[in-house]
Amino acid sequence: MDVKQFIQRDETCWEIPAKGVMRVPALIYADASLIQTMDQKVHEQICNVAKLPGIVEAAYAMPDAHWGYGFPIGGVAAFDADQGGVVSAGGVGFDISCGVRTLHTGLTMNDLQGVKKDLADALYRTVPAGVGSRGRIHLNHDEMRAMLSGGAQWAVKQGFGEARDLEFIEERGCVDGAEPSDVSPRARERQKDEMGTLGSGNHYLEVQRVAEIYDAAIAKTYLLEIDAIVISIHCGSRGLGHQIGTEFLKDMALATSQYHINLPDRELACAPLNSPLGKRYLGAMRAGINCALANRQIITHLTRQAMNEIFPDISIDLLYDVSHNTCKEERHIVGGVAQTVFVHRKGATRAFGPGHADLPDAYRAVGQPVLIGGSMGTSSYILCGTKQAEQRSFSSACHGAGRAMSRRQATKQWQGRTLVDQLAEQGIIIRSPSLRGVAEEAPAAYKDVSAVVDAADKADLANKVARLEPVICIKG
Amino acid sequence: MTDNAQIPHWEHFEHKADIGIRGIAPTLAEAFEQAALAMTSVICDPDLILEHQSVEVSCQADDIEFLFLDWINELIYLMAVKGLLFKRFQVVINDNSLIATASGEPADPVKHQPAVEIKGATLTELAVRQTEDGLWLAQCVVDV
Repeated sequence: MDVKQFIQRDETCWEIPAKGVMRVPALIYADASLIQTMDQKVHEQICNVAKLPGIVEAAYAMPDAHWGYGFPIGGVAAFDADQGGVVSAGGVGFDISCGVRTLHTGLTMNDLQGVKKDLADALYRTVPAGVGSRGRIHLNHDEMRAMLSGGAQWAVKQGFGEARDLEFIEERGCVDGAEPSDVSPRARERQKDEMGTLGSGNHYLEVQRVAEIYDAAIAKTYLLEIDAIVISIHCGSRGLGHQIGTEFLKDMALATSQYHINLPDRELACAPLNSPLGKRYLGAMRAGINCALANRQIITHLTRQAMNEIFPDISIDLLYDVSHNTCKEERHIVGGVAQTVFVHRKGATRAFGPGHADLPDAYRAVGQPVLIGGSMGTSSYILCGTKQAEQRSFSSACHGAGRAMSRRQATKQWQGRTLVDQLAEQGIIIRSPSLRGVAEEAPAAYKDVSAVVDAADKADLANKVARLEPVICIKG
Repeated sequence: MTDNAQIPHWEHFEHKADIGIRGIAPTLAEAFEQAALAMTSVICDPDLILEHQSVEVSCQADDIEFLFLDWINELIYLMAVKGLLFKRFQVVINDNSLIATASGEPADPVKHQPAVEIKGATLTELAVRQTEDGLWLAQCVVDV
């Protein structure tokens, strides 16, 4: 994008002042290099978000922002229900509560010598991955209802994991206000065999090594040391979330005239938070969040099983679990006054700063771990939420690298087999059911996650704590 | 215009995060069929799929673009819950309703090497229209 379109507020903050029917300004957080390579669509889409009813303060784009569906991916916006504020299915996305969970293993790189291949095989065998993969857990009607209400708390009650896990999940593993009855029979049908599955595309389970530490004190609080082995799981609410997104996107698109909402782009389909449709979506979307939390909890259980095949005596604990496709009811300062708003984060991570009441005791003094997944074969990062982000972005930060080229371009440029071999030479083991899938996820098909994370750090949306390097990657 | 351009065909178009599917054909129904084939080819090579099984599909919508959205979403749903991949589609459209048969076989990870599953059809670049040369075009971006 041409930087002349913006007023540069500081090194990493670019403003588009409210004009025309924009109700608030739009702010993009990025360094000069990132903003120049950003798609012009981000400008158009973030300005359109700023036109939605009830939006407060500003519409925000994170450093990894790119062309999305109505909202840019990497878009953040908060709405006041009492001011006609809306909820948008496109502002949450199809993969409701897609997110990242990182686990401590207590192992170091030395412990993996000679067993890496066996470990990769055990994980690949145990955690279902790829198109059409089915889980071993099949939910009947009552179990589905309980899962949608209870999230990871339900999963732990079923024996998938430990009660201590819940402390380290946003909302302690279960979001309030989920309404299973607002989830259609089709969405339930799509999910009934998909619990405990990774999915495909950019979803993965990765064994990673802590390669670099930027903040020793916070790393210590997060129990991270150089050379420690952690495991990160990136996936979401699977078919259930996809179906909820599909159905409500259409319902909202058809209902906008009924609610007298003048949309700049029909992809921004939304409904007033206080309307029957808005409330139904919130109930279903929250059930979708619980589904994602339960899914990652079951995958954690499977991961423990696989890890214990190779290392029978280790204990695996959660570092944290974050979601990056959500709309959440939160308290924030708006115009100097604390109030409840509904924060959409589409491809953006919640990043509560030090002292926030919702954080686990162990992290409250330093702030929330912000887990940023890289692309296959590249670094991932752990950051820490800041006080500044409360004012800058409704406590939100980036979520990942973002694609630099389309899947089609990637398959023209790379072959899956060659990539697997090249990564093996770098000591990274890839296991995937689809070589074409591997080609589409080629590391160079994504932007440089390090540049995105540096910009988030510089903008104080979240500060860098540690860098992780991949050792084993199970690609969906 | 060449004769080849009149043959029903499909193509993909670029979207950074995801991918666009487009069917182009002399008739509206054929454009819908071709767009569905474009979607299959997002997942895997359609030539690898055999026609062992057929399912019936019917949709109704307020306008032709939402009918297209419903058609693609119906196929996504059937692929997900029945574990099928489709390679042939026969579509009949009357006003804003559609009846179709989709034929294919159960997805086999080894045989078909499916790269991605499709989450849903989006309103992005959603269009159903007649082009200047009289052909029908049906397209949208799908979220993968």
